[in-house]
Formats: sequence, structure tokens, C-alpha cells
Amino acid sequence: MSPAFLLTQVLNGVQFGLLLFLMAAGLTLVFGIMNFVNLAHGSLYMVGAYVAALTYGRTGSFALALVAAVVGVFVLGIVLDRLGFAALHRRDHLDQVLATFGVVLFANEAMRMLFGSAPLYMDAPAALSQPVVIAGFNYPAYRGAIIVAGLLVAVGLHLLIERTRLGMLIRAGASNRDMVSALGVNVGWLARLVFALGAALAGFAGAMVGPILSIQPGMGEPVLILTLVVIVVGGIGSIRGALFGALIVGIVDTLGRGVLPGLLHLVLSPSLASAAGPALASVGVYLLMAAVLAFKPDGLFPVRHS
Amino acid sequence: MNIRIPRAIAIAALAALPAAAQADVKIGFLGTFSGPAAALGQDQYDGFMLAVEQNGGKLGGTAVQVVKEDDQLKPDLGVQLVQKLLEKDKVDLVTGVTFSNVMMAVAKPLAESGVLFVGSNAGPAPLAGKQCSANFFFTSFQNDNQAEVLGQYATDRKYAKMMLLAPNYQSGRDQVAGFKRFFKGGTVVAEVYAQLNQPDFSAEIAQIQAAQPDAIFAFFPGGMGVNFVKQMNQAGLLHKLPVLTVSTVDGTTLPALKDTALGVLAGAAWGPDLPNAANKAFVAAFEQKHKRIPSQYAAQGYNAALAINSALAKTGGSTADKAATRAAMRSAGFNAVVGGFKFNTNGFPIQDQHVFEVAKDAQGRVSLKTIATPLPALRDAYVGECPLK
Repeated sequence: MSPAFLLTQVLNGVQFGLLLFLMAAGLTLVFGIMNFVNLAHGSLYMVGAYVAALTYGRTGSFALALVAAVVGVFVLGIVLDRLGFAALHRRDHLDQVLATFGVVLFANEAMRMLFGSAPLYMDAPAALSQPVVIAGFNYPAYRGAIIVAGLLVAVGLHLLIERTRLGMLIRAGASNRDMVSALGVNVGWLARLVFALGAALAGFAGAMVGPILSIQPGMGEPVLILTLVVIVVGGIGSIRGALFGALIVGIVDTLGRGVLPGLLHLVLSPSLASAAGPALASVGVYLLMAAVLAFKPDGLFPVRHS
Repeated sequence: MNIRIPRAIAIAALAALPAAAQADVKIGFLGTFSGPAAALGQDQYDGFMLAVEQNGGKLGGTAVQVVKEDDQLKPDLGVQLVQKLLEKDKVDLVTGVTFSNVMMAVAKPLAESGVLFVGSNAGPAPLAGKQCSANFFFTSFQNDNQAEVLGQYATDRKYAKMMLLAPNYQSGRDQVAGFKRFFKGGTVVAEVYAQLNQPDFSAEIAQIQAAQPDAIFAFFPGGMGVNFVKQMNQAGLLHKLPVLTVSTVDGTTLPALKDTALGVLAGAAWGPDLPNAANKAFVAAFEQKHKRIPSQYAAQGYNAALAINSALAKTGGSTADKAATRAAMRSAGFNAVVGGFKFNTNGFPIQDQHVFEVAKDAQGRVSLKTIATPLPALRDAYVGECPLK
């Protein structure tokens, strides 16, 4: 197990983590500010991937595909909020889970009826389709682009939340929604904007994974589950928590799959190791989540209430 | 409003009535039609129905009615649907079944019912061996077959170091076992088991680079295959070493991979370029109707309809005499689109297993091209454990 191999795996983990961050940032904002559990967040990601693939197929421009996915899912977020999600904000979590789960089923079937059950085609832009060699290992350039995009979004969100008037309102809304409303801010529209922003981030994540993943109905659910793990580990409502939580989950998951089986082969018999390795790797992030819930129930990086 | 609903139901019932009255044989089609793997079930069904339509809605000269049910890849739902098909619809035959876990769950109620079953995809090992049933026939494969032919191919090509990758569930481990059964003369340097429906394979791909095998064997059905092939390509590995696959590049995933998958190898009994006349006619008819290249699942569904057609023709369109129907099916003679095809004593196929390469066809579309036939007339490894003679 060479250092170069470990470095590549850590890089893979960081990349996967930043992808999860794009999903988790939106989900955690919506949960933190509106107290709204949105299981349909994965469906927004799926729609983003579909919009990007279709735009890319029509125009051949990857940049245009990204813009179309972000704008398209942003608008979809506003529409969904108006159509009924807003009414769910004041209901209890069980109602929210049931209603948004219904949206998940509906969205998957809608995609299947519109575009068929077979996956859609989308490739990386030509400039990023070749690997770069890092310490003897081929590393896909496109994954490097995902890392850069994820970091840019993290910085952008930080500036938005901490340095702008809108960000101030968002933070205020998270702390005391009624007081913000009493001060003359239209909280309904603030919430709608935050929801659409989270949706746009999910759409962006969907567009970014288009070239590496299969674009098909139901693609949002596996990612949604890990995203939920991320916001539990990071602390609900916290962007900082979403970033660090996502990086931890990404690295734990990748190293669990990429390094742990090899380590087990050193200490266990081959048959036992080949049975135990994948089993342990698949529960690694959930063990992590259980440990966080047991020892720090608010998450590792909870929102600071001053 | 109160009046309209009963009237609508009555009209619908009347509209359905003539079709139901004419059908002499009812066939239950159980498959996976929703979720990420829906494309497989849909192709099985499209292939099956193509043969029914070509015969003017008849099989064996008898009008057939097909009752389609979606198991959603849930074994418990599959059992409920089989009970519904048998007890409520009173079907004479059951066909389809996409996944092995559903197949294992429905095997018992199906076998006990005495109704003939013609599977057109899933072929789990237990049903070929100890739990075989005289009522079960398969026009697809025994699950191990497609990996076995690649094991033989790897032996023939004298690959010294192989790395094997599959999802961590029963079928994944069966595929790895099937490959190893025929892989001789080299060593397996690593076996990597990913999670089922895992989207990202970066950790596994780094392991491939670390192990530096001569070739890899991978079994990643459906969307996993699309993910794996795309990511292998972006890591620059796809054209550096031979990639031998089962259910990873096929008619359902190639449209999403296109040129990316060129050069990937696949083990299967059927490909669109097999030169027999029945296959040429099938491929042309399927493409005309559905505007896409058929997948092996469509071919297997089509074969199932041909087998039923042949058996019903022998019994005069009746399934009342179960033993006679069984015997007719076992000796079914039909122009399977795989070329030579026979049912073994356990109901599983004896057919050639080929290796295909992803390549452009005459019209420039990305498709599968036959490159070798390492295991002609292959029988499955479990038939010896089946007591049927």
C-alpha cells in the first residue's frame, strides 16, 4: 500500500465529499431555516442531471448545460414551493417526510415516462476527459474539476451567508423567524428564495455528476441517504457543518472501500477478509453517524447561537 | 359525477370483455418495470410481445392474453403478484422474472402450483441444481454461464494476472465463482466487492491501478455498469487493459455510454450480430418497432415466446394436461435467435456462449460484435445436482 495509492484515495474521498457538500448545503439550509425535511432533494439532483444531459446533447456546450441545470432547478424550486411545499413548513416532520417522499416517487416515474427507463448519455467536456498523472496514478481531470467547483461553491456560500444582507436575513431567519417577520421582512419569500437556492445547488450537483454517473430515474436516492448522514454528522442547519461533515463522510466512505479490505487481508484469512471487508466498508459511514449521535447529538459542527 | 364513474367502469369493462373472451391461454408476465433496473424488464416484455404480435396475437395457434405485473425488484411483492396471477387471473403460464432474488422468492409458489414457468432472465444456481423443478424452463442462461465464458476467454488469452470486481451480493459472488471455474493457468490477484447500487467507483479504480492486473473481470449490471465504464474511461484505464464484463455493456446501457464503451468485452449467449436467419429477422423487426437495437433481455423474452409457441402448437393450444404441456415444452423445437438451443434436463439452456466486443455496427451505431465463441453448447455446472432425468 504505497503513499501514492493512499494519496489518490484521499483525493477520491475529498472529491466525493465535495459532491456531497453541494447536496448537503441546500438540504441543511432548508432544514435549519424552515425546519422542513425535504426528501425530494435527491429528485432535484436527478432533474438537474437530466436538464444538463439534454442541454449538453442539444447544444454540445458543457457550460450551457451547467447554467441550464442551475437555473432550471432554481425555477423548479420556486414552483415546488408555491405549489405546496410552503404549506408544509408549519406541519410536523412526519407529514413533510410523507409528502416529499410522494414527490420522490412521482418524480422518478415522471422521468421514466418522459425519457424512458434506460439511462441518458452525457460525457465530460473534451478538455477534461483525459486523466492527469499524480505520483504514478491516473487521476481523472474531471474529478479535479469537481473538487475545484465544490471549493468555489463553499467559498461563495460562506461569503453569501456571512457578508451580504441576504445572508444576514437568512441567519436571522434561522434564529428567530417570527422576529424577522415582525421587522417587516417577507419571510415567505425569504424561505422560498432559500429553498430555491438549495434546489439550484442540488441541480448543480446533478449536472456535475452527469459525466461520471448514470443519469436515470432513481439516481437521487443513494446520494440523498448519504447527504442525510452528512447533515447529521455535521450538524443540522450549519453550512460549515455540511462542508466538514461531507468531507469526513466522503473520506471515511472512500477509504473504507479502497483501503480497509487491503488492510484486513494483512490480518485475516483471505476468505474471512473478503467477506468482512466489503461488509464493514458499507456500514462505515453509518457507524460514524451512530457514534456522532451518541456522543455529540447536535453534530460535530453545530450552529453557533450567539 | 356520481353517475359518471359507474358508467365509465361499465364502458371499460365492456371494452375489455371481447379481448378476454377470445383469449384461450392466459400468460402472466412478471418483471421489474420500475426503478433503476426497469429497462431490463421492459426489454424482456418488448421482446416477448414482439413475437406475440408477429403471430397475430396467438401462440401455438391459440389466442393469448398477457397479464403484465411489476415486481418493483421486491421479492415479497413478487410472491404476492404470483399468487394474484395464479389465483385471481388464473393464468395458464407464467413467464418473465428479471432478478434472481425475486426468482428465488417466487420459485416455491410457482413450483407448487404446477403451472408452467418460462423464465426469460434470472437463472439462479439453486434452481438449476438441488431445487430444480420439472415445471421450470429458462430461455436466458444459468447466472454463472456468462462469467464462465469470460473465464475460458481469459484462459485462452493466457492472462496471468486477473482482478475481479462485482457488487457484494449473491449474484455478484456467483459471477466471480463462475469466472474462476473456467479461469486456469493464471492467478486472481484481487477480488473487490463494491456495494450494490454504489454510484462512485473511484476507490475501486485506484485499487485496479495499484494491483496492475493484465485484465479485469467486472459484473456491474444496469446503471452501475454505466458509472463504472464512464469512470474507468476518465481514469484512462479502459483502453489500457482488457475489460471483461457481464451484464455491464448491453443493449440497455450502450445508448448511455456510446463511444465511451468501445473496446469493452462482454460474455453472453446472444448479440445482435449473430448470423442465423431467425436472429436477423428478429433484430430487424425489433428495430423497426422500437427504434432501438434490442438487448439480450429482449432476445431472451422473444425466445420465451417462441418456446411457448412451439409447446402450445404441440398440445393444440391447451394447458389442461400439465404433464403433456411439460413434455411439449421440454422437446420444444423452435428457431431460437441464439442459433442452436436445447433445454437441458433441469430446464436450463444448452447453447453457445460467446464473447462480444463493443464496436460500431454497419450503420455506425455503437453495438456488440462477436469476436470469439470459447464455450460452444455450454451446459450449466449444477445440472448434476438436479434429480430430474
